[in-house]
Amino acid sequence: MFPFLLAIAALAAPAPPGEQPVDPYTQSDANAGATPFEGQSMWRAFRRQPGVDRVIDGLVDRLIVDPRVADIFRGQDIVRLRRTLKEQFCYILGGGCRYTGRDMQEGHHNLGIQTKDFNVLVGDLQLAMNRERVSIFAQNRLLAKLAPMKRSVVER
Amino acid sequence: MPSSRSKRMFLALSCALIVAAPAHAGEEMRAGGKLLLTNGISTVDGAAGGGLASWALIAGNETVDGIGGSVHATYVPLSDYSLSSAGAAIGIRDRLELSYAHQRFDTQKTGVALGLGRGFIFSQDIIGAKLRIAGDAVTDQDSAMPQIAVGVQYHIAARDAVIHAIGGAHDTGTDFYVSATKVLLAQSLVLGATVRLTKANQFGLLGFGGDADDHYSPQFEGSAGLLVTRRLLLGGEYRSKPNNLTFAKEDDALDAFAAYALTPNLTATAAYVDLGDIATVRNQRGALLSIQASF
Repeated sequence: MFPFLLAIAALAAPAPPGEQPVDPYTQSDANAGATPFEGQSMWRAFRRQPGVDRVIDGLVDRLIVDPRVADIFRGQDIVRLRRTLKEQFCYILGGGCRYTGRDMQEGHHNLGIQTKDFNVLVGDLQLAMNRERVSIFAQNRLLAKLAPMKRSVVER
Repeated sequence: MPSSRSKRMFLALSCALIVAAPAHAGEEMRAGGKLLLTNGISTVDGAAGGGLASWALIAGNETVDGIGGSVHATYVPLSDYSLSSAGAAIGIRDRLELSYAHQRFDTQKTGVALGLGRGFIFSQDIIGAKLRIAGDAVTDQDSAMPQIAVGVQYHIAARDAVIHAIGGAHDTGTDFYVSATKVLLAQSLVLGATVRLTKANQFGLLGFGGDADDHYSPQFEGSAGLLVTRRLLLGGEYRSKPNNLTFAKEDDALDAFAAYALTPNLTATAAYVDLGDIATVRNQRGALLSIQASF
């Protein structure tokens, strides 16, 4: 019953500015695909929201021009992608955000993502985190949370 | 002949490995795509590992959607000898690894003292196969499950006359091993353990089995490394070895290494190695320098 009402709410809510409408789905922090870190140390290591915003913008800027994966992002709603990724990282890093995106399986459905694509994203994320001067140990702690998502993201 | 049974086992396992490689029908084959350093560092035996110790990782830059490979050259200058290894490996779908290495052990000036002559060379060829049977060293960060592989290596040593003169029983030998490797991303650690059933004397350069013992014994290989950057792994390895020959005791091998991924296709490794006493000559320590190109 409760998820149903949420789904209705998602349906009723207009798409945020600059984003295209999406099919209704049930919103939940569980859709982020990982549990948040305890405490504030990871959130601080990423320099809170401004740092996370720079990391995600740096990541997306790289991905959409990376010849190995750019085709996957062509025709996708990049405005929505940036917003939901920032929410997801904020949520996982302990920044206290709500994650409003779809779950990892649904969000990547029919994109035909292969292991190489997932690993290219990891590599581009590492470059974006290096740019933000996030320590390697904080980077790898985050990657430990993201790595199991490969099972939901990679379809073939 | 001890080797005929070994050869049959090797062939049978190789066939099983090829059949076991899954067919992903209709999927796009792609080159490369493995994360940096997760193709390992070629061991002197030719298998993907950490230089001395074997890992469960599969050689080459390929993912489950491709075929990759690597070539390596390794030079190990020691106090009184030098060891070199060159080889190649193919990785199929990040599942099956086929490898070849040629090892050359130069006795240099010490050859005279050993009665073999200056610059006497021991050598061997090693053909290997490794199959990943479970786990994914990187993906499974939410469980303790490591990546597990089983492998077999068939060694053919040259210098059978000398091998038999020093008490060696065979000039060919087959090793069987099971290897577990885990990347602990939350700790930036890479851990590995291998149990190898072997009769090899000094990796097989001095033959297999001997006058003291001609049975397979389980030997242990352990490795631990810290990811200091995404390109640089600092670590150490330990590899135990059997003691099959009466003329000289054989020591375990140790190293401390730095492996650096210069590019996704090129990894350079420098290590300090201690191979202990070799053929009665004490305290063989030195460097291990290795370059590996992979695709």
